[in-house]
Amino acid sequence: MANVTVEFLGGLDVVVQKQRVHKLHLPAEVVSVGDLIEYIASTLIKNPRDVAVFLEDGGVRPGIITLINDTDWELEGQTEYVLEDNDVVSFTSTLHGG
Amino acid sequence: MSGNSSDAQAELIRLRRENELLREKLRQSGTQEGVGADRLSLPEYERYGRQMIVESTGGVQGQLLLKSAKVLVVGAGGLGSPCLPYLAGAGVGTIGIVDNDTVEVSNLHRQVIHDSGKVGMLKCESAREVLGKLNPNVKVVTYPVRLDYSNAFRIFEGYDIVLDCTDTPLTRYLVSDVAVNLGMTVVSASGLGTEGQLSVLNFQDCGPCYRCFYPTPPPPTSVASCSEGGVIGPCIGIVGVMMAVETIKIILGVYTKENFKPFLMMYSGFPGQTIRTFKMRGRQPQCIACGTERTITKETIESGIVNYNVFCGSRNYNVCQPEERISVSDLQDELLDMDTTVLLDVRPSHHYKISHLPHTVNVPMKELRNLDRSVDALQSRIPQITESSDVLVICRHGNESQLATRLLKDEFNIKNVRDVTGGLFKYIDEIDPSMPKY
Ligand SMILES: [Zn+2]
Repeated sequence: MANVTVEFLGGLDVVVQKQRVHKLHLPAEVVSVGDLIEYIASTLIKNPRDVAVFLEDGGVRPGIITLINDTDWELEGQTEYVLEDNDVVSFTSTLHGG
Repeated sequence: MSGNSSDAQAELIRLRRENELLREKLRQSGTQEGVGADRLSLPEYERYGRQMIVESTGGVQGQLLLKSAKVLVVGAGGLGSPCLPYLAGAGVGTIGIVDNDTVEVSNLHRQVIHDSGKVGMLKCESAREVLGKLNPNVKVVTYPVRLDYSNAFRIFEGYDIVLDCTDTPLTRYLVSDVAVNLGMTVVSASGLGTEGQLSVLNFQDCGPCYRCFYPTPPPPTSVASCSEGGVIGPCIGIVGVMMAVETIKIILGVYTKENFKPFLMMYSGFPGQTIRTFKMRGRQPQCIACGTERTITKETIESGIVNYNVFCGSRNYNVCQPEERISVSDLQDELLDMDTTVLLDVRPSHHYKISHLPHTVNVPMKELRNLDRSVDALQSRIPQITESSDVLVICRHGNESQLATRLLKDEFNIKNVRDVTGGLFKYIDEIDPSMPKY
């Protein structure tokens, strides 16, 4: 039943009604970041076509970096990370313009 | 009295001449070849004084490090433009600039090193002119070529640091791979819209590389350029300036192998300005460029075995047959007969608002997809449309309109759909130059 903040940066907010920051009160079954990603795909993303912008083969699409409390999720156990109250999970697409 | 006065006059003239000679001597000591990278001339003390007295630069020693530094900047666009003058101003001794683009009017809102009088000029030459005026002590080397797998090593060799100011995933992988093979540190940045990102890669040949962060390239459909997605000049500009700060710190030795922690900085300009620093993964042992078993080597890059085009892929827009397309001049004739023909503009609505043809209906590509192949749903936007309507589809350059043509024909089953070849911009170029292009 964690309260977490989820952010969509680098233009990724297009999949969540252009709202960059979402404060979520998660249901009990959402325990890990992996669960959170499924929850986002099924609940937060309203247009099913937009899921493909966020996910590829069930995982976060290449080119999107996932951060847990401003730290690369590679250092935090990726999908296995167990969410705690007040965690901030950020997804940012990589920019390429110069 | 008159004798004293003329004596004083003569003395004054003598002193003025002596002063002039001394000044000339000073000037020469500042510009003569003899003042190498191992010491500073008096004019250099004067020029760099304000930064040398910032204690963390290390004073004269730091300035000498800058003077002997060789920095290669790939791209003199939105990031390179604001970055380059600060590098030259700070006294970076040698600056290389790689860019084969020429200055366009549409660049100038953000690429402020160039100006309206330089439209058509090579960006690297335009930048060289500005840097030369800003600081004649800096040696500027230009490379008016497109960086690719066959020329990158030749260009990179001899430089200490490379700045990635490019604009595609392909060049970003290439810059990183070549830098890893040469043991060079990369300052890498990017921007789009109101946001930017910045990172230091392969730091002292032990930090993570671009492939450590992004082992798999993004799907080509998810990659937007500044010309497609738009960009706010000062938002990408601030990131370019941040690149100059990182470069100066690397040269001055502010970062060391001991204190350097991999990071990704994220700048957001709207709605409130924020800069956040994310802590990132270190070098990945399984990385094919910098890990323990490397397959990205000078040999595999230069021979073309590493195929960057295939790796990064590209979007295929050529999905219409010749008979499914209409030229802008034929479109002009059809416009006279618009009672029966539907002219559909599939650009995003904020593009459409800037400039559009009369008698067009705007249903953006994204909305079209959301209509789920239903002509009934499409009628809510275009009441007169049926499966037997004549439909002409237009977009900015004639790419998305081809995808929309396929969608309407194959999924909505509208039989007579044609794509306007080259899009609105071609129509403006060839038929009606009085319309605004953006
Ligand atoms: Zn690597």
